[in-house]
Amino acid sequence: MAFEHAGSVAAPDEGFARAYAHEQYGRRGESAALWVVRRDAVMEVEDFVDELGRNYHRVDGYSLKAKLAEARERAGTAPSRDR
Amino acid sequence: MNEQELLLLGIADDELVLGWRDSEWTGIAPVLEEDVALSSIAQNEIGHARAIYQLLAEDADALAFDRAPEEYRSSQLVELRFVPDWARTIARRVLYEAADELRLRRLMASADPAVAGLAAKIDREEAYHRMHAELWRGRLRDEPRYLVAVDELFPYLLAMAEADDHEALIAQFEPKTVPSNTVLQAHRRGAHADGWPDLWNEMTEVRRSVPGASW
Repeated sequence: MAFEHAGSVAAPDEGFARAYAHEQYGRRGESAALWVVRRDAVMEVEDFVDELGRNYHRVDGYSLKAKLAEARERAGTAPSRDR
Repeated sequence: MNEQELLLLGIADDELVLGWRDSEWTGIAPVLEEDVALSSIAQNEIGHARAIYQLLAEDADALAFDRAPEEYRSSQLVELRFVPDWARTIARRVLYEAADELRLRRLMASADPAVAGLAAKIDREEAYHRMHAELWRGRLRDEPRYLVAVDELFPYLLAMAEADDHEALIAQFEPKTVPSNTVLQAHRRGAHADGWPDLWNEMTEVRRSVPGASW
């Protein structure tokens, strides 16, 4: 299970942050482990410019599904529609 | 019930009633995070009560809710109503967890594997309750209202605890005066606190509204 953002807690110190995080994000068995960090330790990165529209950087710029279907068509191994 | 069963019933009743009292803070705790945390702790306590009732009876609900008020074995410490007094609420949590830890430790060493196993399970959750109580204790260390509350409730704590644990609790909390036997007798388990009949009424109200119903 990968770590993912669960949410935030407001707490007066690290001890309470740990306790509150444990109850807010763990009491229903939804967490196996938690990372709790101070807000000021979080570095925000939000500038993602793509002025020239270079969509080849992105996975959605190259549709494997369509290319695979074409290749199968050419090779005559396209899955039968009856199945 | 034999002596061991009565002891377990007293613990289960303590957990049920404390869970009930602490859940009275749901929605009105001083900060949201604390609201969630205390409510979660209160639910845990009720869960512990349920597990112990299941050791003692086929039908945990019947044991929890179908007794007459005078048949409950809860201590006065957990019966007292504190909303909206946060200092007393926290003082009770701190005191209660200290005594609960001592008695759980004894149960974990029980010769009965069902009791020892359940006590160990409960203790693993109580560790978080103790951590929560400890955090608040540190935070309110110099708060007069909290210190007064600890002194005021200490006799209730000793009356709740078994005699074997008195010395350890006195050493841990260093009360200004050690409560006399007369005081302990007045606060003894079974001699319920003033608010108990109202609490019992509220706790059992829905279940009594349709006797014998299957919920």
